[in-house]
Amino acid sequence: MSTNSMTLPDLASALNGLETEEGLSFSAEVIDGEVPTLQVTVSDREEFPIYITIDDSQILVVSYLWKESEIKSGAREDLLDALLTLNIPMPLSAFSKLGDQYVIFGALACQSDLKDVIHEVDVLSDNTLEALESLSDYLQ
Amino acid sequence: MSIFKKLFTAVRGAATEAGEAIVDSQALRIMDQEIHDAENELKKSKEGLTTVMAQKMATERQVKEKTAAIDEHEGYAVKALDKGDEGLAVEIAEKIAEFSNELEPLKTLLEGQIQSVNNLKQIIKQTEKRLQSTKREVALIKSTQSVQKAQDAIAATHSGSTSAMSSAMDSMQRIKARQQEKSDKMNAALALENEGGDGDLKAKMAAAGITGSGASGNSILEKLKARQAGAA
Repeated sequence: MSTNSMTLPDLASALNGLETEEGLSFSAEVIDGEVPTLQVTVSDREEFPIYITIDDSQILVVSYLWKESEIKSGAREDLLDALLTLNIPMPLSAFSKLGDQYVIFGALACQSDLKDVIHEVDVLSDNTLEALESLSDYLQ
Repeated sequence: MSIFKKLFTAVRGAATEAGEAIVDSQALRIMDQEIHDAENELKKSKEGLTTVMAQKMATERQVKEKTAAIDEHEGYAVKALDKGDEGLAVEIAEKIAEFSNELEPLKTLLEGQIQSVNNLKQIIKQTEKRLQSTKREVALIKSTQSVQKAQDAIAATHSGSTSAMSSAMDSMQRIKARQQEKSDKMNAALALENEGGDGDLKAKMAAAGITGSGASGNSILEKLKARQAGAA
């Protein structure tokens, strides 16, 4: 492992208690497991925590959106079209699917510095709410 | 790209069977071994190429020397004939024949060596290509595997959180309701503060005699007296 690659505990201590310019504050907790995960909770947005993992190839920052079953009947095709269309204009994040769970995520190089990761978390949290707001017509 | 399709199928399948490896570790070991073998092969081929190229250069030099010697002796033979020295001319011609007989196998050898160089270059190219694509496949498999592990870990963490229990829209509504409540409270606090501020200011102005300090019997009597005086 290279000396300047980030670890989850580093990230946790950087994020914990951090307050953004918009007045959002973060709390972060490392969840141990085969692959440790950092769970980041954003104040006033506790319903949409952000998960971070680090491996050899990238830093993944993920937030969960909705499940397949939450899509209004008949709206799935339009929703998928909207997701693909939004993917590029949406800054720094992209949509994806894990099983029946729709997610929004960002991926960073392992060499990214703390500032970049914090920015990513901040933007991802905003994008999560933006996405839900603008796609609410397709959801029940 | 078949490996991509394989990974896609594996990732889709893994949605139902979390934690299952995309490619078993045995397959990955075989691919690692393939890379190792191809690298060795490549090294040997490159060494072989260097040797054959050196041999080819030596043969080329010999061919050049023999050809030059033949040309040179042909000149001598012509000169001997010009001088009418048939005996010398025959002797020279025999020498030329000797050179020619030596040149032929050298030419055949050179052709073979040129062929070998081309073959080896071809093999090296193919091996490099194969090596590259195997390395790419292994990298893709490894990164997909680690991403999948990360996803499984995230899914496990998420399933334990409270937000996993409610729908995204419900969660969103809750956030909005909280935001509304917060802003209502802030507005109320602001309004209260304004009122408080106003009251304070009025009291201060009255105390300073800038504004009236309220009606009293005396002040009304004064006003009436003043009106009367004006009318008279």
